[in-house]
Amino acid sequence: MTRPTGIDPMPLSGDQFSQREIVIQFEQAAVRRGDRLIWSHLNLSVSAGEFIAVLGPNGAGKSTLLKVLLGLLPLNEGRLSLLGKPARRGNIAISYLPQRRTFAADMPVRGRDLVHLGIDGNQWGLPLPGLRKLWGGDVRARENRRRVQQVIELVGATAYADRPIGELSGGEQQRLLIAQALVTRPRILLLDEPLDSLDLRNQQGVSALIRQISQDYQVTVLLVAHDVNPILPYLDRVLYLARGQTAIGTPEAVITSETLSYLYDTPIDVLRTRDGRIIVAGHPEEVTYHAHHH
Amino acid sequence: MFISLTVSSSVLLDIPPFSLNLIQNVQNMLSVDFMQSAFLAGTVLAIVAGLVGYFVVLRHLVFAVEALSHVTFTGALLAAVVGQQPIVGLFGVTALVALAMGLLGNRSARSRDVEVGTVLAWVLGLGVLFLSMYTTTSSGAKGSLGVNILFGSILGLQPQQVQWITIVGTLAIAAILAIARPLLFASVDSDVAAVRGIPVRGLNILFLVLVAISVAAAVPAVGVLLNSALIVTPAAIAQRLVSRPFMALLLSAVIALLFTWVGLTIGFYAPVPISFLMSAIAFLSYVLVATFSRKN
Repeated sequence: MTRPTGIDPMPLSGDQFSQREIVIQFEQAAVRRGDRLIWSHLNLSVSAGEFIAVLGPNGAGKSTLLKVLLGLLPLNEGRLSLLGKPARRGNIAISYLPQRRTFAADMPVRGRDLVHLGIDGNQWGLPLPGLRKLWGGDVRARENRRRVQQVIELVGATAYADRPIGELSGGEQQRLLIAQALVTRPRILLLDEPLDSLDLRNQQGVSALIRQISQDYQVTVLLVAHDVNPILPYLDRVLYLARGQTAIGTPEAVITSETLSYLYDTPIDVLRTRDGRIIVAGHPEEVTYHAHHH
Repeated sequence: MFISLTVSSSVLLDIPPFSLNLIQNVQNMLSVDFMQSAFLAGTVLAIVAGLVGYFVVLRHLVFAVEALSHVTFTGALLAAVVGQQPIVGLFGVTALVALAMGLLGNRSARSRDVEVGTVLAWVLGLGVLFLSMYTTTSSGAKGSLGVNILFGSILGLQPQQVQWITIVGTLAIAAILAIARPLLFASVDSDVAAVRGIPVRGLNILFLVLVAISVAAAVPAVGVLLNSALIVTPAAIAQRLVSRPFMALLLSAVIALLFTWVGLTIGFYAPVPISFLMSAIAFLSYVLVATFSRKN
């Protein structure tokens, strides 16, 4: 018997995470912007290696959640602990993929350079190959190059890593950006709608890659998504944000007519197709749009 | 002035004409004081322009550079009207405008272009006002200041100007090399760079001030109007030829250096203005590279 090479599509059960290290912990957390409450009463414990989708309508505070984790926005209430410490900017244990932004077609930088900037892009001074031998910098440079090559292989970008990034397709760029995020060997990976501009095949490919990374390297992944379907087979849990409220649990438990109707405060139908896809009927986007005005 | 459009410097100075002995040619040329100054200043300026230019092209700031070099015109004339050294006004006003541009920053490309264009016209208008104030209050002999600022005179540099250019230029080179990596990160991917703890906004402002300094330093030598030949063209060529960022950065400086040295040498032996030569070499090289490089 050979071990299957594919990724196990079954979400891990809650028990398997209970013994693991808690990486992210929110306690009674709330964020306001001006007078507006973005969300409150967020209680969430995330373990190492968990893959969580952050869902909800526009303006529900999904990106805000990532900004809080990155230390770019403070909590107005409650507590957040990341690997046992408060959130702060420039935390090397966290990598972040902003909402995309494709690169200009004439961007004269190779994918490999982009990944390399993930390692040393925040260091001052220019790497001078001749001089750095003097203090052993060439050893580190070789190690860095090896790490860059490693993550490029991991995301399957070897074939096009040496072409200018602007010439690559959206899916290829996204894989290289994931490689850049991984090159620092983060414990937490925050992805803001990474599947947005991709076609269906690339959506599945990138989702499977993210699941594989989170399992093999015990990286905790929070992925903001508009559509849960491409990632549904790979997810452990979903965090649903709507109208300032939050719901957390397995997709089966959270994405139900009952929970969503409660969150949106209006009747919503969740339908499951025979192939396992989820269809949310009741136009949640429009519902929230009106909800703001009443 | 000893520069004439009809006779070359080498003829006027009684230097042997250009021969096949290239080393002898260079020795002859460098035995002349003003050529030494021109080569020293030109070398420093070319390296600064090449390095700064790489990031200018990468960040789509070509128009902003054009605007800043026009600002130098107004700055130099303002200083002349007030009775200061033109070089003080040159650096002061240009750096201030760059600072303002940096603080305004972070707009969309279109609104940035509109703002730069609006400010540019106003600043140039001020320059015209200062020019008229200056020429009506001073003797006719100083009337050539405006032309000198516009087109530069690399063969007519004063020792004090050479000193300024060398010191300021060397500092600018050191600064650019020091911030090169974070600046590249911020130029390519500012969101991720900011999250990684790079002070993106501060770097943007610092970079614009460095652009201002390099533009202002180049004005006495290559003038307001031809600045972009050294800043924009070598960088654009380097980026077409090489896609490794730091290779392209250094190549850009090397190309700028070549333009300057070749321009100075031809200009010394042939009766043609050096500013023209440098801009013509830059133009022709770009056309050649654009035609034959792999890009579609």
